[in-house]
Amino acid sequence: MFEPVLTKYVNEPGGHTLDFYVQHGGYQALKTALGMTPEAIVDTVKKSGLRGRGGAGFPTGLKWSFVPKDNPKPKYLCVNADESEPGTFKDHVLLERNPHLLFEGCVIACRAIGARTCYIYIRGEFYHLQKQMEAELAKARQAGYVGKNILGSGEDCDIWIHRGAGAYEAGEETALIESLEGKRAQPRLKPPFPAVVGLYGCPTVVNNVETICNVPLIIEKGHEWFAGIGPDKNTGPKLFCVSGHVKKPGVYEAPMDTTLRQLIYDYAGGIRGDRQLKAVIPGGSSTPVLMPDKLDTHLSFDGMVAAGSMLGSAAIIVMDETTSMVWVAKNLTHFYKHESCGKCTPCREGVDWLYKILDKIERGDGEPRDVELLLSVCDNIGGKTLCPFGDAEIAPVLSTIQHFRGEYETYIRTGESPVQSDFRAAEPVSAH
Amino acid sequence: MSFHPQMPYGEGWHKSERFIPEAGADFAFTPEHRAQLEELCTHYPPERRKSAVISALYMVQAQQGHITGNAMRHVAEVIGCTPADVEDVVTYYVMFFTKPVGTYVLQVCRTLSCALNGAEKVTAELCKHLHVKPNETTADGMFTVMEFECLGACDRAPVIMVNNEHWAECQGPGDVATLVDGLRAKGLASLNGCHLVKERA
Ligand SMILES: Cc1cc2nc3c(=O)[nH]c(=O)nc-3n(C[C@H](O)[C@H](O)[C@H](O)COP(=O)(O)O)c2cc1C
Ligand code: SF4
Ligand code: FES
Repeated sequence: MFEPVLTKYVNEPGGHTLDFYVQHGGYQALKTALGMTPEAIVDTVKKSGLRGRGGAGFPTGLKWSFVPKDNPKPKYLCVNADESEPGTFKDHVLLERNPHLLFEGCVIACRAIGARTCYIYIRGEFYHLQKQMEAELAKARQAGYVGKNILGSGEDCDIWIHRGAGAYEAGEETALIESLEGKRAQPRLKPPFPAVVGLYGCPTVVNNVETICNVPLIIEKGHEWFAGIGPDKNTGPKLFCVSGHVKKPGVYEAPMDTTLRQLIYDYAGGIRGDRQLKAVIPGGSSTPVLMPDKLDTHLSFDGMVAAGSMLGSAAIIVMDETTSMVWVAKNLTHFYKHESCGKCTPCREGVDWLYKILDKIERGDGEPRDVELLLSVCDNIGGKTLCPFGDAEIAPVLSTIQHFRGEYETYIRTGESPVQSDFRAAEPVSAH
Repeated sequence: MSFHPQMPYGEGWHKSERFIPEAGADFAFTPEHRAQLEELCTHYPPERRKSAVISALYMVQAQQGHITGNAMRHVAEVIGCTPADVEDVVTYYVMFFTKPVGTYVLQVCRTLSCALNGAEKVTAELCKHLHVKPNETTADGMFTVMEFECLGACDRAPVIMVNNEHWAECQGPGDVATLVDGLRAKGLASLNGCHLVKERA
């Protein structure tokens, strides 16, 4: 049986404090890392096979090795604690219950890439977590784990928590950098990549919270230990967020050879009210929905691609038989319409249009040509935008049409949803 | 030329929502806020004070509830950028209010996981209980109801954020009256906040 490491103490009262962390072996990896060369740290992380936990699954060690060594400018680490992908709440748990694991990871990662400053970009809505984190950070600074001359090694590393103000797009790495610079969170054209020209024009690494939290574990337990967990190329412990129509929603830590079925039925207790499963979104709102026939697929980066979707941020949203898939597409398109940064035409104009068509269908005014029109608009967005947001916004529309075209057609023909949902309000309340 | 050949431009599509908030009363930071802001600026390189603009705007909101034109001009002066730079930020991020709001702003998450768990009913119940529509403030100025997108706590759905900083989690339509009455009686202290351990204990 796999034993959680990232979330081992999350339900322990006081588990987030410095004293508790140190008593349970915390900051030992930092001591080890201070005795290693930066190259050796990068190498260890490379050998562990750690892939980024923010969505794309890019190998972390490789990303770190792109930071130029001969560049005289300061280097920065930015931790992405924006966590805004609908369905995702794993970083929330780490920030709330294990902040010192993150701080320790930050200092080690900074040493690896030659940075002396780390910004933790936390979404504005997590302010209640930030206050507690600031207090813990102050304690870590006082104890000499963070700040100047860390544990007498001569190494400096400052960590600052930077509060955002509510924008999903701020999670995109170049948009996050823009936001940190005090501007709108709109992405930059790449290349140049942040590893070379990032924050304040300096080499910058952007990593997800969970990614950084794995780093002390790799240093402490060794890359062989990490690489031995889960399937080939999809190594290490992983946090899965399960929400929607399940009996026990929550964050579950498991290796990536765990199947979707195990996560939903064993970990999360199965479907609420023992209803039938209708569809699953496996990796957050921007990943295509899967049908129940894919339940036995591994929840790994590669397994989910093979099943026709993506692991994304490992946010599993479960929908039972009473869920209207046209409404699901509309609900998520509302999100994307609300969050589009407006920088490029296909996304800004296209998502608004997608929403208006879906809203029209939902109100009973759909026309037979609307399904084709939706597909055509998606075709004008996919692959034609500045950042991956465009591909994200069409995923719910395309995949619900792919699997539930009949539902769309019935809705349009009869003007009514073929599916009745008891979790919805009798009358629409939305302001838009 | 439109984005798509069939896109019906000219029928109210593609409307810019650009606007400039009213100037409002004269604004200057309190000495405490000003000192706090100067401390925050030290987290960034000296020539990068603009990085603290979001924090400065939160302070404006703490001071006078919402952000006005005069406040933006003051922030620009203190940070060292143009008022347009500040306006750019204010109008982009959803946590800034450009109009007066109630003492308690109740923002119900409307995104998928919360919606699958009855968020629509929670909004409907809140609106009924307070006799307002979404985005409206009660006549006594106490409560504003709004909808919000995913708050990153979908396992605790449906979630309501109160005043951008406090959370009420796992709120069913039946809990709405308790939440509102609690705020009326004891203010923000009536919220249990976002505490995993407390919740599971
Ligand atoms: C629209 C958009 C939103 C994103 N939101 C987040 C986010 O909230 N948190 C996150 O860690 N990564 C997010 N990402 C991915 C980041 O751009 C980036 O890939 C990631 O932070 C890199 O960290 P990793 O290599 O550790 O995964 C988002 C990407 C896009 C395109
Ligand atoms: S795809 Fe959307 S979110 Fe991304 S840059 Fe274009 S408008 Fe902005
Ligand atoms: S959908 Fe409501 S918190 Fe995520």
